[in-house]
Amino acid sequence: MLLDSKIPEGPLAEKWEKHKFNVKLVNPANKRKYDVIVVGTGLAGASAAASLAELGYNVKAFTYHDSPRRAHSIAAQGGINAAKNYQNDGDSVFRLFYDTIKGGDYRAREANVYRLAQVSVNIIDQCVAQGVPFAREYGGLLANRSFGGAQVSRTFYARGQTGQQLLLGAYSALSRQVAYGKVKLYTRSEMLDLVVVDGKARGIVTRHLITGEVETHAAHAVVLATGGYGNVFYLSTNAKYCNATAAWRAHKKGAFFANPSFTQIHPTCIPVSGDYQSKLTLMSESLRNDGRVWVPATVELAERLRKGEIKATDIREEDRDYFLERKYPAFGNLVPRDVASRNAKQMCDEGRGVGSSGLAVYLDFADVIKRTGAEAVSQKYGNLFAMYEKITDENPYELPMRIYPAVHYTMGGLWVDYNLQTTIPGLYATGECNFSDHGANRLGASALMQGLADGYFVIPYTIGDYLAQIPPKPVDANHPAFAEAKAFVQARTERLLSINGTRTPGQFHRALGHIMWEYCGMARNAEGLTHAKAEVRKLRNEFWQDVKIVGSGEEMNQALESAGRVADFLELGELMIDDALHRNESCGGHFREEYQTPDGEALRDDENFAYVAAWEYLGDNQPERLNKEELIFENVKLTQRSYK
Amino acid sequence: MNLTLNVWRQPNRHTEGKMVEYKVKDISPEMSFLEMLDVLNEDLLHAGKDPVAFDHDCREGICGSCDLFINGRSHGPEKGTTTCQLHMRKFSDGDTITIEPWRANAFPVNKDLSVDRSAFDRIIQAGGYVSVNTGGVPDGNEIAIPKEIADRAFEAATCIACGACVAACKNASAMLFVSAKVSQLALLPQGQPERKTRVENMVAQMDKEGFGACSNIGSCAAECPVGISLENIAILNREFIAAKATSNNLA
Amino acid sequence: MSWITKTLTSSIGRKLIMSISGLFLCTFLVVHVVGNLQLFKHDQGAAFNAYSHFMGTNPIIRTIEWVLVLGFGFHIYEAFALVRRNKAARGHGYAQWKAEQNSEWTSRNMGLLGTIILIFLIVHLYNFFWRARFGGLEKIGGDNPEISDYDNLYLAVVSSFHIWWYVLLYVAAQISLGYHLWHGFRSGFQTLGLNHRKYMPVIKYAGYVFSVVVSAAFASMPLYFYLFTNEQGELAANAPSLIHAVTSAF
Repeated sequence: MLLDSKIPEGPLAEKWEKHKFNVKLVNPANKRKYDVIVVGTGLAGASAAASLAELGYNVKAFTYHDSPRRAHSIAAQGGINAAKNYQNDGDSVFRLFYDTIKGGDYRAREANVYRLAQVSVNIIDQCVAQGVPFAREYGGLLANRSFGGAQVSRTFYARGQTGQQLLLGAYSALSRQVAYGKVKLYTRSEMLDLVVVDGKARGIVTRHLITGEVETHAAHAVVLATGGYGNVFYLSTNAKYCNATAAWRAHKKGAFFANPSFTQIHPTCIPVSGDYQSKLTLMSESLRNDGRVWVPATVELAERLRKGEIKATDIREEDRDYFLERKYPAFGNLVPRDVASRNAKQMCDEGRGVGSSGLAVYLDFADVIKRTGAEAVSQKYGNLFAMYEKITDENPYELPMRIYPAVHYTMGGLWVDYNLQTTIPGLYATGECNFSDHGANRLGASALMQGLADGYFVIPYTIGDYLAQIPPKPVDANHPAFAEAKAFVQARTERLLSINGTRTPGQFHRALGHIMWEYCGMARNAEGLTHAKAEVRKLRNEFWQDVKIVGSGEEMNQALESAGRVADFLELGELMIDDALHRNESCGGHFREEYQTPDGEALRDDENFAYVAAWEYLGDNQPERLNKEELIFENVKLTQRSYK
Repeated sequence: MNLTLNVWRQPNRHTEGKMVEYKVKDISPEMSFLEMLDVLNEDLLHAGKDPVAFDHDCREGICGSCDLFINGRSHGPEKGTTTCQLHMRKFSDGDTITIEPWRANAFPVNKDLSVDRSAFDRIIQAGGYVSVNTGGVPDGNEIAIPKEIADRAFEAATCIACGACVAACKNASAMLFVSAKVSQLALLPQGQPERKTRVENMVAQMDKEGFGACSNIGSCAAECPVGISLENIAILNREFIAAKATSNNLA
Repeated sequence: MSWITKTLTSSIGRKLIMSISGLFLCTFLVVHVVGNLQLFKHDQGAAFNAYSHFMGTNPIIRTIEWVLVLGFGFHIYEAFALVRRNKAARGHGYAQWKAEQNSEWTSRNMGLLGTIILIFLIVHLYNFFWRARFGGLEKIGGDNPEISDYDNLYLAVVSSFHIWWYVLLYVAAQISLGYHLWHGFRSGFQTLGLNHRKYMPVIKYAGYVFSVVVSAAFASMPLYFYLFTNEQGELAANAPSLIHAVTSAF
């Protein structure tokens, strides 16, 4: 199938303006005749639902949480990028665009990224107007900090809780529309299938997580804002409920899945402490503004540290290797996430890792505390330091933090065109759920930017273009496709409940995560991936024969919820492996050991792989078909990324 | 370590519940409280018994989902901590731990330890926002806000809506929750145009949901995992009095 | 309902009435305790009786008396209304409840303390106020025609304060009052929204001082007469010299 990304003609800087003029509009009186379903109420979903309702559409917003405000956007810590150039340090829309394309290792679509950089400035204005309490300077104007992969200060923040404050802003806009009756909110409702009528997305099937009731909902268009799939790895910085089910169900109904193997491993997370561990906790990238990353210069010293014979503070300055500062003098500790993660892994592989497991490096704040005082550091990072201490029982004001990379974000997702429409007409994907803007690696503070850009400033225009082309007649909710989709969901639930095997959904999830992390994690190779593919298949077969759930589908049943999600992860995991295996190059977060420069950096193959891999589902247990969207770079020169 | 758990079990909203005793073995002090419950649930599932339902999600103390009343305290014994950030090193081998859901008429039990806190959403819907549509807003730096005001507004805005305040309050009052949002927006210039209607409507909705009144006891602020202070309740009272005295709302 | 009744029956509105009536009652306490200090004067009750006569007959005072009744009425009525509402808000109780780890005992037991004070108040009103207002007290008598017709409330007080259970009730009530004020004083300001980083510590400590001083002063009266005087209110010669020194200051 030919993938038409529908990029508007014209110079890069004018594409979006032109496109906004060219899209068809829905007459204001007709808007109330269209229903739009928005699944997910994180940054991308809540902002889209609120903005669409403000325009006059009837919106139905769905979340599996008890409240829209619990979406995992809330946990984003560090900040949100915007090309405001308030700091007079040389930032511009083009520079943000350039940094994002380069940070993504040249695997993102130029036109989308440029638009993202353009609307970034509107996001800050919008959030300020909503009452989001961003950090401010003494003069009352907005403050900025620096983030990885950039040499300008363009990150707006609210202490270490930026995601929370932005989400609460979007949540308040959504709540206002709920009060006006323009948004009907469905909480504790998990989308379990997409309804496609005559090739167009026309509704969804949900299960109410408290009553177990399976319902169908009809609309003229469906927007998926259901987040990423990092929980394939079981241990990640994602929330426990984060899952791929909505996106995966859409994929199986015809939406292509793009670049599934592009996973971001975040360098600064609290290391794993035991088998029982249920999730990993991120320590914001903003800490790398002031923290210095190091390991002992020698394996001997590292060994003594691991045995607990000495403490980090016992190691003399000359025996420390500040490896990021040493290898990347220009960016230092603020290299992009993929580079920082890989280097940490490399240090641990060399035997210089610290902590009892040897799988950690230090992030040290001694210098900044000495320079500015503990009080100033607490002002900036207080909540993060407190969280670190709660989890590890160590005081980061006295001892350096121990950190290790962990799965954090998925750049891959549903393939969308410039309008954020998937390959199913009427089905849109926004935020982390789509693949569009971050290429093979996302820069810090860009996820919040993308989620809100999609929801506030892109989808309200582009969805109108689609709706204007279909008649404003009610959707026929009695079409057999609705009953079929509902029956499918009920049958699948019954099947899961009837297995009554011996292993819990949690055990299968852990086993899958182990395979994925080992073979499809920070570094991958063809042999390992091939092995992993067989392992995942085997595990999937075992799952459908041996999973154990008790109770029924007509009640709150968290094990059943979990089983449904794990079943989808077991399919998605295999596709991720296929994607990683087919991409014979290294780029961004996708590091194939066979393809690296002599000094261990990712080696891209632009001649053969400068494309988006969009996978098409053809049927159960059949290989998926690869479709390619060529990436054309007219405004940046493809070079080996260098942060030295 | 080995522990005895007394857990509230209730099949659904309409059925009576009771406390049930469970034993868990080999719990590591490094585990979080919820990871300890994960162990219990895996054991129960293996034994063919219904696992204990509880609310949780981010497990890093920010989503506000987790809501356990542990040994007579909201989120357990450690100050400034959500249940998910409470670690088992705060308990000792052989301890008996009582785990109950939040208790308030406005928070009906869904199942076991999971409660319905949608009353909070309805209070926000009554006015916890600034009425601006997307687009057409001034530049972010056109509204200068003194750092001190921005910081105080931020502190109020950090509320995670977990409901620990309601659970800990003798009167099951939601004043701390409501006051956090009211004072955030009352402090900021963006909140001024709707300042009066906001507090009137939010308090009316709070009362309608059946929360109790504030007795200025301070349990709420003492148990708040993110440290929302009682000063916010004073601000709420002040805003309410001023609004009622001067607004044009005759209803 | 009009906006006024809606406001005053809202949860904050009811607290507002509690607060305003409570702080008003605090001013009453000040007047009452200062007036009653006349009891300590070594004049066989002349000053006290003159004071009580004034309080019982002055038209302004008699008018304000009705305001005081309203103050008590609102304070007590709202207390019952709030307790009902607050109990209903909890519904199902907890199996384990460790409120002592997050709050002060007095803050949580204002209702209990208030009830003790109310019981005291009924006894107290009957014994002194009722008898003074509606008869039943001896006249002062004697040579001075200006005061000979006054009620001898002083004598009634002194003789009451020689009944052990009466003294006990008084002291218990004053301890309750002290605890009630300990929380109530500061709480009244908080409800009015008068909370400021700079002034709250002052209000808080002023409240502590107020509650201790007022309740101690009230409690000292029955104790003084019970322990140190005869039934005419004359200080016993064998009373501690400190008591002699203090009371002679009046």
